[in-house]
Amino acid sequence: MKDGARRNYGVLYAGPTALWFTLFFAAPLGIIVLYSFLKKGLYGGVEYVFSLEAYQALINPTFAAITIRTVITSFFATLITICIALPCGYFMAKSKNQTTLLLLVIIPFWTNFLIRVYAWIAILGNNGFLNEFLRKIGFVKDYMQFLYNQEAVILVLVYMYLPYAILPLFSTIDKFDFSLLEAARDLGATKLGAITKVMLPNIKAGIYAAVLFTFIPIFGAYAVPLLVGGKDSYMLGNVIADQLTKTRNWPLASAISMVITAVTTLGVLIMMFLNKRDANRAAEERRAFADAANASLGGDASLGGDASIGSDVSMGDNKS
Amino acid sequence: MSNAIWGPKPTSAAARHARQAYRRKFSFSQTVFIATIAFLFLPLFVLIVYSFNESKATEWTRFSLVWYEKLFFGSKDLWRAFTNSAIVAFASAATATVIGTLGAIGVNWYKFKFKPYVQAVTFLPMILPEIIIGVSLLIFFAGIKMRLGLVTIYIAHTTFNLPFVYLMVMARLDEFDYSIIEAARDLGANEIQTLTRIILPACMPGIISGFLTAVTLSLEDFVITFFVSGPGSTTLPLYVYSMIRFGVSPVINSLSVVMILGTVVLTFSLRNFLKFIAAK
Repeated sequence: MKDGARRNYGVLYAGPTALWFTLFFAAPLGIIVLYSFLKKGLYGGVEYVFSLEAYQALINPTFAAITIRTVITSFFATLITICIALPCGYFMAKSKNQTTLLLLVIIPFWTNFLIRVYAWIAILGNNGFLNEFLRKIGFVKDYMQFLYNQEAVILVLVYMYLPYAILPLFSTIDKFDFSLLEAARDLGATKLGAITKVMLPNIKAGIYAAVLFTFIPIFGAYAVPLLVGGKDSYMLGNVIADQLTKTRNWPLASAISMVITAVTTLGVLIMMFLNKRDANRAAEERRAFADAANASLGGDASLGGDASIGSDVSMGDNKS
Repeated sequence: MSNAIWGPKPTSAAARHARQAYRRKFSFSQTVFIATIAFLFLPLFVLIVYSFNESKATEWTRFSLVWYEKLFFGSKDLWRAFTNSAIVAFASAATATVIGTLGAIGVNWYKFKFKPYVQAVTFLPMILPEIIIGVSLLIFFAGIKMRLGLVTIYIAHTTFNLPFVYLMVMARLDEFDYSIIEAARDLGANEIQTLTRIILPACMPGIISGFLTAVTLSLEDFVITFFVSGPGSTTLPLYVYSMIRFGVSPVINSLSVVMILGTVVLTFSLRNFLKFIAAK
């Protein structure tokens, strides 16, 4: 519809965008892929000889342990974030003052990332706010070590990425038809049962999005483990930086970057797959449910709604 | 994003009634929400309290503005870093806004060969962890022997800003009524006239919020900047980082409070400004 007799200026318009990303995004990524298969240069850099050394180094116990730790840390941080974010999103969706509640969630998020990390150091440090408080009430004499361990890293990561989970969950639950919950209760479900069996399946798309938005940045975390973690809470992001700037093993840094990129891509693909599958199944279930409800309620069309669980996760447009 | 997340909300009488019914009594979700808000605000609260504390240590001694005085009159390096940040933020946001707006218009209105490529490369940088972009750009700059400094930071920031501008303009274009363009063409407007008189004004709210988002993201970024910065190109987040890492001075507390206030004031005036534009 948009072409007709007009000249096609698409290339002219999108050219600069394409060029910029080719130069400064695709090309650098390509170089990383290439470097990960090369030999390490003597004084940093690379030698142009094909080698799998970098990937072999990834399997050695030190790096394998860090990889496993990164996965475990990301898993728990994401799990805790979602468990907190779900009730929050639910409460916000029910509320009358949605704008105010949204602002409450977003305002702390506006504060500079590093300042927020620093604030946690000021709270958890040996001379920090918390220890000061514990000393005052006579709970500890000297101090308790809260910082520079795995728990501190998870705590701060949860803090950093909570809004990333709350916002998509809120907007999904906001679209959820609460009369379905009432229907379930009328039909004898307990409150918890209604929520887990009726609401959760309907807000799956939001949960997937929340998991993705938190897991991916946490998996690539760099600054948080660096600042509040100890040597034993290093994550893959920190190893990349060390290999790049200290050890100067560029092929290894590239190979670890490839691992993170692969995990990210995999996460996106899984989410797309799950959403697509759910969209098909949910559409059928909803149709069946709506038919049944229509029959029993004498045709109240509002049940079952048409807020379909979308199947498209790509951010691009899909209309042309 | 998917419909379930951004689609319309159910507005039937039954749905509204049910939502209200589920709102009434004190609940588990309310408790969790209040605790979460307390958790989210606790660090900010601690920073604000400490910024007014006279003592250098964390123990409370006396109310004082000494750290604010030091911030505004005794921190030359900090303000130099801030100037660097501001330069990079405005330059990269401006570039990203021009390129991203044109890109969004091109992808939205036309069909062309490398369109799927443009859609992919504008989506990927948003989901890839920052460190990947930082590392790949560092290796790239080293490869083409480019000296690290404000220019490399500018390039990196434009790269991660572009997708956001693109997305916001695209969202605006998606709501656009194509018949207006057809009307303009029937009345004899050429491509440039259609662009400058119709499309750009209609997208203005998207363009402005894209630009401001870009400025904010750029001012905020630490990880990517950390990799592509060189000697003499310290930005504000990098300066804060070195303050945290090597000797914390309570100036960081007063700086935090000023930055928090700055963002709150900026964001509220921005919201009103956008509303004003939309109303016009």
